[in-house]
Order: sequence, then C-alpha cells, then structure tokens
Amino acid sequence: MFYREAGDFSTTYRQDNQTFPIKFDRYRYYAVLAVAFLVVPFIVNDYWVNAILVPFLIYSIAAIGLNILTGYCGQVSLGTGGFMAVGAYACYKLMTGFPDVNIIIHIILAGGITAAVGTLFGLPSLRIKGFYLAVATLAAQFFLVWMFNKVSWFYNYSASGQINAPERTVFGVPVTGAQVEPWAMYMICLVFTFACAVIARNLTRGTLGRSWMAIRDMDIAAEIIGVNPLKAKLTAFAISSFFVGISGALFFAVYLGAVEVGEVYGIQKSFIVLFMIIIGGLGSIFGSFAGAALLVVLPVFLKLLGVDLLGWPTDIVAHINLVVVGLLIILFLVLEPHGLAQLWRVAKEKLRLWPFPH
Amino acid sequence: MLDQTEGYTTADGRKIGGVVMEMKNITLRFGGVVAIKDISFDIREGEIRAIIGPNGAGKSSMLNVISGFYNPQEGEVWYRGSKRPPMKPYQVAQQGIARTFQNIALFEGMTVLDNVMTGRLTKMDANVFRQAIWKGRAEKEEVENREKAERVIDFLEIQHIRKTPVSRLPYGLKKRVELARALVSEPSLLLLDEPMAGMNVEEKEDMSRFILDVNDEFGTTIALIEHDMGVVMDLSDRVVVMDYGKKIGDGTPDEVRNNQDVIDAYLGVAHD
Repeated sequence: MFYREAGDFSTTYRQDNQTFPIKFDRYRYYAVLAVAFLVVPFIVNDYWVNAILVPFLIYSIAAIGLNILTGYCGQVSLGTGGFMAVGAYACYKLMTGFPDVNIIIHIILAGGITAAVGTLFGLPSLRIKGFYLAVATLAAQFFLVWMFNKVSWFYNYSASGQINAPERTVFGVPVTGAQVEPWAMYMICLVFTFACAVIARNLTRGTLGRSWMAIRDMDIAAEIIGVNPLKAKLTAFAISSFFVGISGALFFAVYLGAVEVGEVYGIQKSFIVLFMIIIGGLGSIFGSFAGAALLVVLPVFLKLLGVDLLGWPTDIVAHINLVVVGLLIILFLVLEPHGLAQLWRVAKEKLRLWPFPH
Repeated sequence: MLDQTEGYTTADGRKIGGVVMEMKNITLRFGGVVAIKDISFDIREGEIRAIIGPNGAGKSSMLNVISGFYNPQEGEVWYRGSKRPPMKPYQVAQQGIARTFQNIALFEGMTVLDNVMTGRLTKMDANVFRQAIWKGRAEKEEVENREKAERVIDFLEIQHIRKTPVSRLPYGLKKRVELARALVSEPSLLLLDEPMAGMNVEEKEDMSRFILDVNDEFGTTIALIEHDMGVVMDLSDRVVVMDYGKKIGDGTPDEVRNNQDVIDAYLGVAHD
C-alpha cells in the first residue's frame, strides 16, 4: 500500500546496483534531500540548529565512520573520541597555521591526518581481535587526550589550554567564530554529512565494502578467497578515522568554537558514538543516521517533557536520560541486535503488503 | 610416472592435459605430530582428482597445504611449472586456486550475490577514490563482474535466492553458494573439501552433477576430498589414498579399489 516494488523492473545491472533500486525509495530520498537543502535553511532558528540539527549531522558523520570500522569490518573501537580530538586539533593547527586557506580544505585535511593516525593505531588489529582490540583502541583514546593536554604546541601555548576557532568564511559567509548565522552553521554541516554519507555508501557497496564484510563475517575464509587482511583492516581504520576526524573538526570549529580536550573528546564521546551505531544498526548507513538522531533528540525530548512540562529538577532528568539510553542498549542487544535499521527493514517488508496478510 | 607435458585419455574419452600442480615429498608436522609424511602426487589439467582416506589420515591438511594455509616443513609445491615459495593464502588465491570448506565458511551477514561477488575480489582493482565516487572504472568493473557472477549463479541454479542473506538458507543451498563463490573466480584449480558432507542422496546427486558439469563446461581442474566411496569412484579420474599421513595408493578408481593396502586400511587387517 505505502510501499510498492511491483512493476519496478531493473533491466540492467547498473540499475540494479543503485543505492535505491526501488523507485518509491528513490523519490523519498530526493524529497528528503530537497527539504534538507532547500527548505530547512530558511526556517531554522538558533535553538533548533544548536540543540538538534548540527549535533545530529556531526554525530551522524562520526557514527558513519565508526560503523565502517565496527559495523562493516567488525573491528571494535573505543577510540572514537580520541580520533575526533585528532581531527579537531589538526583543524585548529591548520586554521591558525595557514589562515588564508579555505576552511573546507582544512576540514578535509584534518580528516586525512586523522586517517593516518587511525591507521597507526589500527596496526594492532592485525594481531588481536575482539575485546583485546577494544582495549588497544581504548589506550589510543587515553593516550591522544593526554597528549593534547600535555603538549602545548597543539594548543599554540595558550594559557587556558583551550583551543578557539578563529573566524573563517566560505563564499564570504562566516562559518566559524562568534558571528556565525545558524543557517550557515547548518549548511556547512549538511554538505559534509551528505558528502560523507554518499562516499560511505559507495565504498560499502563496492569491492572494498565486500572485503570488509568478508573479514567481519569470517576472516579465515576471506583470506583464502583472496582478501588481503592487512589491507582490508587498515583501509577500514583509515577511512573510518577520516570520517571521524571530519566530525571532530566540525564539532570543534563549527559547533562549539572552543574546546577543552578532556571535556569534549573524552571516553564518553567514544561510548556515545558506539551506542549510536548499536542502537541504530551495525553495518548500515541509515542506521548511523537513525542512531545519531535518537541519541541527540532523546535528551532534548526528555528535557522538554521532564523539566518544562512536569517541572522536575534538571539533574534528575539528566540521569533519567542515562537510564533510558542504558535500557535502550540492553533492549536492542537482546531483542534486535541489528538495531533501528533492521526495524525499518522489517517495517518496509510489512508495509509492502499492508493491509493484506499475504 | 607420467611425464610433464603429455596427458592421458580417460575411460569416458576426455583428454587430460599436463601437470597443473605437483606435490613433491611433502611433510607437515604439528609439533611432534606428523600429519603428512613424505607424500608426492600430481594434479593434471582438466581432471577430477580425489583424495580419500579414513578419518585423521591428513586429507584436509593436504588441502590446506595446497591452498597455502599451512606451509610444509619439507617438500616442494610446484604450480604451473614453477616451484611455489611459501605464501599467504590470499596470494595463493590470486594465483588462481579456489576452495570450499568442510564446514561451510560463507559470509553469513551478506547476501548470496555479495558472497559470490567476493569471489571476484581478486579480479577487481579500481582504486579507493574511484570507488568513493562510484564512477569510471569502479562502476564499469562492478557491472562486468556482476555479469560473470550472474553466469555462475545461473549455472548453479541459485537465481531465486540471489538477494537473500546467506544466514537464512538451508544447508544444501549454502554448499551450492559456496561452490559458486569458489567457481566465480575462474580458478585454474578448484579444491573441494567434502562437498557432500551431511547431504541426503538427492542433494548428493545434485552436487555430483554440478561437479561434473563444472569440469565439463569450464574445463576446471578439480581436487576433492570425499568420504562417500560410491561418489568418489564415480566422479574421479584418479584417486590418492592416504592413511596415517602416508600415501598408500594412487591410480584410477579401479586400480585403487583392488589395491590390497587400501582394502586393509578401510576394512582393517586380521591380526593373527
């Protein structure tokens, strides 16, 4: 009823290889894009951008990055916060070192630098798996945060130990610093999120994605049919860190403007991104968005409900938020390990036939 | 001993070519355990070669040596006329040796089509940046390899399940998907580790037919391990018999069947 594929035939492999082979899906995707690019920037206000939209977009990029590593390649990482910090500090050093270069190039370069660091910390994955690898990436998390605190070169010897984003413009419109308009902040994050999602989708549906998933599902068989495990794992670490680095750079330069590393890029960041992909769905780009949306909207929603409507104290509501997230993770792990993305797939299967049972 | 270049003609009139792979005095040890002891045999172009033997005879170890998973302590592996240095399994795969596993080793989280497409990874080489934008070589290569994959899917009659996740399939179909994944790489040597283990008679017949068809259609050289004697004797052109890591027989199914050592190994010997 809502969802039909009857009469929708693919006559070439090219058509069948599309991201959305079903016409209905494709049009819905175009509609979402049109709204996001052409409608939202004109109607957003400061509250929506700062509380929901920009964090959602930035966390989506981080979740896509971690999903490539954990969801697609099966290598658990708890170092996301540390890698986001690498992106942020790389972006800061580039912004202050080369003020004339466009901020967009800086953010992409920051992603590249994070990719190099991520590959370095991915080297242990060639020898160890599972929990042990998780602990090794945890070491990366703590080491990176410590390093950015300790080595004052990274924060340009500022007395506070903070990094502050100077003002930079794109096409004459400020996107970082104090003078940023909400819509500009939203647009630059949207463009990056869109590009990252498309690239991630292309990589995961092609050769590279298949070699990652092969390593995830059965590494020995993968090696025997011709996947080079070293190459597959390290590319996963590099590309994952690239996205995570971009999200870290955006989080610092565009969203917060000023960052103290231990506070912003601590272990909580690693966990929240991991929770996003667990709840959203491992091995799914859509799941990364869904998980990010849920975990960004949930505290806002609870605050509206608890503080504004029921008049509870703020700290209680903040703790309720933690309880709800914990509960959600347990429920998803037990009931639907493939997360919101799988629920969405099941819903689509049902809607295909609704209201008829068969 | 047959010479390197000249082949022979089988009973049913197929021409068998020169030596593809030759194992020379292979010995494989795990600590104090000798899994394979001084075994030599060859596999010729276009033939179906079986390795049989009782449990624990070292058949799977032999296959693992061929596919590069184990490196033997002694002996040489000659492949296509040159001595093969010790290499990693994925390098062996790139040389054109494909295999299936005794316990199915499919990628459970992927669809049948994706599983089969992974079999063609060795043939695809578009760089990361092309793949990221899905243009040019990446897109073209995807379509070309999809055509090859579809041909094998068609051949093994698994079209109806091509978009189904492998984890939902029954055992017999999984075995067939695994064969498809090995076959799609157009191997010059295909290794099958107990392709009929755990199947009923009908499934065994289907699988036998597919193995014969593969050999016939694509001229693929096949080496297989199997427990079902009836199947082995019907399918294979030449048989190696192993027992306790040693070779006790080598020849056509008829020769092997009448070999006293083989009969002893399978039926046991009376101890006076």
